[in-house]
Amino acid sequence: MASAAQARIAPRVQAAPLSAAEVSLSARPNRNATGRLTKRLRAAFVGALSIALWLGLWQLASVQKWDMFFRFENIPAPTEVAAAFSELYRAPKFAAHVGNSVRRIFLGFSIASALAVVLGLLIGRFRLAAQSLFPPLEILRPIPAVAWIPVAILLFTSAEQSMVFITFIGAFFPILLSTIHGVEGVDRRLVYASLTLGAGPIDVFKEVILPGALPSIVTGLSIGMGTSWFSLVTAEMISGQFGIGYYTWEAYTLQQYPKIVLGMVTIGLLGMGSSFLVKWVGRRFMPWFKPDASAA
Amino acid sequence: MSSATSTGAIGATGAIGLRGVDIHFGEGKTAVQALSGIDLQIEPGEFVSLLGPSGCGKSTIIGALAGFTPITSGELRVDGERVTAPGPDRGVVFQQHTLFPWKTVAKNVEFGLKMRGVRQAERQRQAREMLTQMGLGEFLAHYPHQLSGGMQQRVNLARVLVNRPRVILMDEPFCSLDAQARLQMQELLLSLWHELHMTVVFVTHEVDEALFLSDRVVVLSQRPARIKSQIKVGLPRPRTRDLLTSPEFVSLKREMLDLLMGPPPAAKAS
Repeated sequence: MASAAQARIAPRVQAAPLSAAEVSLSARPNRNATGRLTKRLRAAFVGALSIALWLGLWQLASVQKWDMFFRFENIPAPTEVAAAFSELYRAPKFAAHVGNSVRRIFLGFSIASALAVVLGLLIGRFRLAAQSLFPPLEILRPIPAVAWIPVAILLFTSAEQSMVFITFIGAFFPILLSTIHGVEGVDRRLVYASLTLGAGPIDVFKEVILPGALPSIVTGLSIGMGTSWFSLVTAEMISGQFGIGYYTWEAYTLQQYPKIVLGMVTIGLLGMGSSFLVKWVGRRFMPWFKPDASAA
Repeated sequence: MSSATSTGAIGATGAIGLRGVDIHFGEGKTAVQALSGIDLQIEPGEFVSLLGPSGCGKSTIIGALAGFTPITSGELRVDGERVTAPGPDRGVVFQQHTLFPWKTVAKNVEFGLKMRGVRQAERQRQAREMLTQMGLGEFLAHYPHQLSGGMQQRVNLARVLVNRPRVILMDEPFCSLDAQARLQMQELLLSLWHELHMTVVFVTHEVDEALFLSDRVVVLSQRPARIKSQIKVGLPRPRTRDLLTSPEFVSLKREMLDLLMGPPPAAKAS
């Protein structure tokens, strides 16, 4: 069945890049754009092929119940997961799980971004802020979000608040560190240039430091988005009532194995999607930024 | 000194005076002396080059004039006022990569006007005018990384000149450009200087560049930099690239090289 699925995907994707490549070599006047399209199609094709191969391997291992160090006996095959998928993605309860998790992420991540960016800008720019704020934060930083769960439960009256707090903790430190790093990395010559053009301290902050640190801040937000999902799922598994992490753990306790994988894949997709969203928004704000333009 | 202000144009002031200026960096054992006893008077509207070996402390003088680098002792005045901090009356053109990468060409040039509180429509007009004059009228909406090195330096120059500074400080501004672009920039700079009547202090390590541009070349020693000698360049203006191959230029260059490196070794039999 899986090989049938592969066969369905592969040839269709394959046909496109080949013909595009031919066209770009022969006739198209705009060779550059076509070349780029061909490259992207090829990359997408290789990526899709890789995923298909891993799925195929997994299918094989589950169907034949491989037992060599890893036991695939109880691991559901991709086809079983797909069946659970088609059944459950339509169920309102599943949507409620996802909705709860997304809301927690949105709250925790938003608060973390606002606070971490402001603190990071201050710490990166002002010595007094660095001296007073950085040491306590450095002590808290290595504590993983999971270790905060008991304290979070004590600190907040509702489980909901404590879980939002855990996502906040997960996102906060990567964003803080990237912001500090970004501020410190702003080229001093740009600060000098702005001063010789008559900029005051606030202008320097607004016109030079902030935009100069922005690429690093966006990177931090993207990493922070990943770690906040990571933290949330753990928190939900331990103290949740709803949410995709809770769903996954519940599936395990109820021995509904395809659902475990379904939960995992959903977490992966949500995490990937939200990180992509952050990067996309970041690019909108930085039309000038070209990560590979250093050789310009 | 006041005789030079007779043109009455904007920026006709711009007198620079250094008296016994010393600059030390660091303290104690690691202290380094960068400048030693610099005495230098620059007339308003004069074009002066500081010529010296790499790392001799030429750029330190620019830093002090710009107001970044505090002087250790002596006195440094621009139009009679002590220099204490950077300001838009003294424009600085750095070597390279000092355009704001996140601003378009036009916004880079508007920056100084924005800092002075000029209204948006007015600063857009001035920036466009300046850039058009410099042959960049079609690149207003480009970002710096989309331009060649020569074009970037032109934007840099425009960004400084649009503020009508009294003094413009240039720290080896063309040294990263190829020979053609450099010559183009030198000619452009001369014509703008001619038109805008500002004082220029130009740091370079190239004899040709110093002679081609300047009224006067100040030759500096190895670190700590002292003034070794000063040469008036009496070549006629306006100057164009033809001058570079003229006999007067060549003989002046020979004199200059002798001064820098000592008399040439006995010529080999030809």
